[in-house]
Amino acid sequence: MTHGFSVGLAAIAILALGSASAAPIAYQLPEETAAFKPGPNLEVVQNNCTACHSADYINTQPRGPKFKKEFWQAEVTKMIKNYGAPIEDADVGKIVDYLAATH
Amino acid sequence: MLDRREMMKRAGMAALATGFGSLPALALDSVTLPFDNGERPLVKYPQKRLMIGMTSRPPQLETPFSVFNDGPITPNNAFFVRYHLADIPLDIDPDKFSLQVKGRVDRPLTLSLKDIRKLGAVELVAVNQCSGNSRGFFEPRVAGGQLGNGAMGNARWHGVALKTVLDMAGLQQGAKQVAFGGMDGPVSDRTPDFAKALDVDHARDGEVMLAYGMNGEDLPVLNGFPLRLVVPGYYGTYWVKHLNEITVLDSVFDGFWMKTAYRIPDTPCGCVEPGTAPKATIPINHLTVRSFITNVSDGAKLKPGGTTLKGIAFDGGKGIKEVAVSLDGGNSWTPAKLGRDFGKYSFREWKLPVRLAAGSHALKVRATNNAGDTQPLEPTWNPTGYLRNVVETVRVTAA
Repeated sequence: MTHGFSVGLAAIAILALGSASAAPIAYQLPEETAAFKPGPNLEVVQNNCTACHSADYINTQPRGPKFKKEFWQAEVTKMIKNYGAPIEDADVGKIVDYLAATH
Repeated sequence: MLDRREMMKRAGMAALATGFGSLPALALDSVTLPFDNGERPLVKYPQKRLMIGMTSRPPQLETPFSVFNDGPITPNNAFFVRYHLADIPLDIDPDKFSLQVKGRVDRPLTLSLKDIRKLGAVELVAVNQCSGNSRGFFEPRVAGGQLGNGAMGNARWHGVALKTVLDMAGLQQGAKQVAFGGMDGPVSDRTPDFAKALDVDHARDGEVMLAYGMNGEDLPVLNGFPLRLVVPGYYGTYWVKHLNEITVLDSVFDGFWMKTAYRIPDTPCGCVEPGTAPKATIPINHLTVRSFITNVSDGAKLKPGGTTLKGIAFDGGKGIKEVAVSLDGGNSWTPAKLGRDFGKYSFREWKLPVRLAAGSHALKVRATNNAGDTQPLEPTWNPTGYLRNVVETVRVTAA
């Protein structure tokens, strides 16, 4: 077990099922519990990454010698260039270092 | 976009979970998909049975593979969930919902759900499969959602043909593509909103559907309630959820999710030499031919003697012509008996009685469609982890 997944069962939704009903639906997502592993620059990673996605987006990626600095540099660049992640230049290296060190 | 307060609320949950280390939370079961780093929690969402959780924000849920052995139709509560962007609609009032049809049309439309339900309905059984289904099996591994084989499902979709709505609006001369947008969106306005497009002729083929029904019920929220696009034979990326915007264009849509993302190598196999980049790419389109054994899992121990193998096959809409099984690692093949035909876009069940002598066996299954397309014995590769359709192998021991 490399990450602390668990699931909140507290989610209860009021759901209107069946075509006849047109009542509004309020859907409640379960509590998010995927966590970042401890490591260098963890705070920078949390501040930059968690606004748009949960930690499991990172935790589930391939591991091993081929998935170190170069791989994570490409991923962070993709987040900035393709998805408009507002990451300051000074933080990019810190995030890549964390990802390469912990994954 | 999420308003700032809502965004902070959702992100705050993550901060809590990360800031204080381990929260006391209920430990449900987990499963391990058969590739490195494949451990996943089993998660419970409203309207869903226990699912394999890949990501939580936005939610991405995979169907446990055993579900595919229960029948050719995937139940709504087991159907996989895939979102790209975290601002997903959680409060939906069907009475206030409306679909806009605009762009190069004579009569722009605003249709309520009631208006749409009054139009002549169509129904179709079709497989929805994520482009990246089975990405976790790619070797060399590639970035992206590390899915097993459970990001697919087969449902009876009920709704109105897109053609009906486009004809009501009246396409103008020069209409080239139709673009689709849903209620879900990005957290940041710098992230490209999710939108897809189809050529006009495809959009008007009478089969592409605006679906409000799924297996006799409303769509589950996480599968696109109250309306989603159904593009039979095409990968799930086109099946836009929470569909509320249709725009007819006089040009080829150049949004990020068509122009940059969801591209495959422009080669006959949609593949390139492992580890290399394609020279040219095109938008992903039809599903490749696939087949699975569903009643025996890899590593199973069976009794020697007679047993019946069973499974499913599907393709991108030519229809399954033959499913063949090999008990000797691919040297000889025996045609299986095909199950009921739910149409050319559906899962097709198959079964075959076999005899297994004592010892180890590599069971393989291979489908061929009506165009003669089949599955490769060795996996093909592309850098985005799409189109996987290698002949699947299940290793068993009879003892």
